[in-house]
Amino acid sequence: MARHTLSVLVEDVPGVLTRVASLFARRAFNINSLAVGPTEIAGMSRITVVVEAEGDLLEQVTKQLNKLINVLKIVELTTEQSVQRDHVLIKVRADAATRLQVTQAADLFRASVVDVAIDSLIIEATGTPEKLSALQSVLEPFGIREIVQSGTLAIGRGAKSMSDRALRSA
Amino acid sequence: MSKGSPISPALLAARPAPPAAPARDTAPARDTPASAVRGPNNVVAPTRMLGSAAIVRSLEELGVDDVFGLPGGAILPTYDPLLASTKLRHILVRHEQGAGHAAQGYAMVTGRPGVCIATSGPGATNLVTAIADAHMDSVPMVAITGQVSSAFIGSDAFQEADIVGITMPITKHSYLVTDAQDIPRVLAEAFHIATTGRPGPVLVDVAKDAQQASMTFSWPPKVDIPGYRPVVRGHAKQVREAARLIGASQRPVFYVGGGVVKGHASAELKELAELVGAPVVTTLMARGVFPDSHQQHVGMPGMHGSVSAVTALQQADLLITLGARFDDRVTGVLSSFAPNAKVIHADIDPAEISKNRTADVPIVGSVKEIIPELTTAVRDTFEAQARPDISAWWRTIDHLRETYPVGFTQPDDGLSAPQQVIKRIGELTGPEGVFVSGVGQHQMWAAQFIRYERPHAWLNSGGLGTMGYSVPAAMGAKVGNPDRVVWAIDGDGCFQMTNQELATCVINNIPIKVAVINNSSLGMVRQWQTLFYEGRYSNTDLNTGHDTVRVPDFVKLADAYGCVGLRCERDEDIDATIQQALAINDRPVVIDFVVSRDSMVWPMVPSGVSNDLIQIARNMTPTWEQED
Repeated sequence: MARHTLSVLVEDVPGVLTRVASLFARRAFNINSLAVGPTEIAGMSRITVVVEAEGDLLEQVTKQLNKLINVLKIVELTTEQSVQRDHVLIKVRADAATRLQVTQAADLFRASVVDVAIDSLIIEATGTPEKLSALQSVLEPFGIREIVQSGTLAIGRGAKSMSDRALRSA
Repeated sequence: MSKGSPISPALLAARPAPPAAPARDTAPARDTPASAVRGPNNVVAPTRMLGSAAIVRSLEELGVDDVFGLPGGAILPTYDPLLASTKLRHILVRHEQGAGHAAQGYAMVTGRPGVCIATSGPGATNLVTAIADAHMDSVPMVAITGQVSSAFIGSDAFQEADIVGITMPITKHSYLVTDAQDIPRVLAEAFHIATTGRPGPVLVDVAKDAQQASMTFSWPPKVDIPGYRPVVRGHAKQVREAARLIGASQRPVFYVGGGVVKGHASAELKELAELVGAPVVTTLMARGVFPDSHQQHVGMPGMHGSVSAVTALQQADLLITLGARFDDRVTGVLSSFAPNAKVIHADIDPAEISKNRTADVPIVGSVKEIIPELTTAVRDTFEAQARPDISAWWRTIDHLRETYPVGFTQPDDGLSAPQQVIKRIGELTGPEGVFVSGVGQHQMWAAQFIRYERPHAWLNSGGLGTMGYSVPAAMGAKVGNPDRVVWAIDGDGCFQMTNQELATCVINNIPIKVAVINNSSLGMVRQWQTLFYEGRYSNTDLNTGHDTVRVPDFVKLADAYGCVGLRCERDEDIDATIQQALAINDRPVVIDFVVSRDSMVWPMVPSGVSNDLIQIARNMTPTWEQED
């Protein structure tokens, strides 16, 4: 099934994330990733959700989301028309013998080292899920201790803003 | 407590009354459509009061007359100003589920939102079934619950339950109020959301400290819900396209659902249906919205629908779907439902369109607006081109209607046929009565054998299938329509789930009539055991009927509650017993109709098969005529 990225503009009120997430759960829609945070407008948050659905099911996801009172607007962002990024922090084993190799690998992915200890490094990287998964395979042989990853963030290309129209109250 | 509703003929016989005004199915006129705030929109200058008083005052300003509820610790502050209110009539129920169903029944007959009130924790969770029921059947309802003080929320305090969380999947929307100042706005929003668009239940959970805090009340509050803009007007292009399909169809059928009842569009429907001349089927939720006596009405579709209605849908080349949702009980196996039909689907909820069956012409909006527009468009189409000849289609339908009318056989155990009892209740009461059923066999028989001539006369739990709906919903319907005869047509199983509300009815002078169709068993489950489990009757015997220990004895139970209890065990007593019940209007009547337990609901489309395999009796399918 195809992956689709939906950007959901919501009112920043208690429980709104629960409403969105539980809607997915009870209607048996699969979520691949979910990211939520404030926007440029006070009182408005944006949820980026990647779902596996197509055709009628995708339409149904969107319609059901739209029925939530706290949801203001939903747009689908295609990979061509938007910038999509994930963020990852990887704690990898690295001692004096391997540290240089690990940092070189990180450099190749334009990842940065954000913490150094005697026998480990924390590497921070941003990119598409494909790039981050490639980075992960390169680091794997050194011994990955921990991974923490964000959901996909997505924003439409060009000057248009998603929040413009949602603000205009009818 | 007359609200000017039409008086039923059965009551006219008992007491002379001025002639009833013709029934008009219009949305209540007291609402100002220009404002999102319901009620008369009185202007109230800022006044200091407690949050609890603000709840009561807001309800008054919203035009609420009747509320159903039961107090407890966390809602106690609100019950104090409620006692002083001269505008609100609070009806004290015996179980919160009863308050919820009563609010539903009230809403279903009046078109105005039902209101129920409960305390936190168990009070609130007792409302859950009714809220879920209202959500499935799109009933406008506002449930107000007390919540523990905000400082205690999340601490597993006494009688704490996260009712907003619990009801999230079964409400249209919900609020947790922790600031007293928010109360008027939240209640106004709740009523707006519950009653507009696709109606549904809204929960307002108010923390105890918000009820006890001081606030400044003013009215009307500013209601602005940026994420809620229901579409009412249908898209003109789609309406024209629908008219074009109607103009080209040889075998059209109107598939009419509960949305037309909720949208108060029965008159509009009649005009369109008569213009098109096509067969009309009314779903379980729509019984009465198109008169049963109308020549174009061909029955109820679905699992227990008539052969003519089920077949009309199956063989149609066009479904004109109005406020219906292609529920599995109507479609049977979806992939084999109406296989050759194009679908026009008008519904106020965009998510219903193409959810189950892909629509060829989707029209989002209120049927109240769409149907007249479609009528105009169809008239234009018919003027511009020759009308399609649908006489062959009618010959097919008429043949089915004559060959396979919905009927029943007399049981061979000497007991009365439940269908006969229900049929006579309908006939002797007349179409101005209100009939509220529970869930199961008696529900299907009440849908099949009572003739419905007007909308809002038939109430049942269609989507959720809640046993126990009948008595409390009938109570709410009687409060909303005090001048009508209101029957609860219940089963012996259902009745035992909520009959404690008989006490509420007696104490508050709500004289409903309860017909317990007593087959001494969980009849619909028993029917399935007969048909699909080799007659192994696992846990369906209730021992309430003929030749049993009669626990409980429904006549004694009625008597204990201060109702009139009657028992009818023979065919020859049916009419006299019903007449006797119709003559009593000063207290509730409970009739124990002892009926055969072997009567089954037919026709039936067995679960999991195509509607083409409808059976008119056990292992008997209609003989299909070869199509030309």
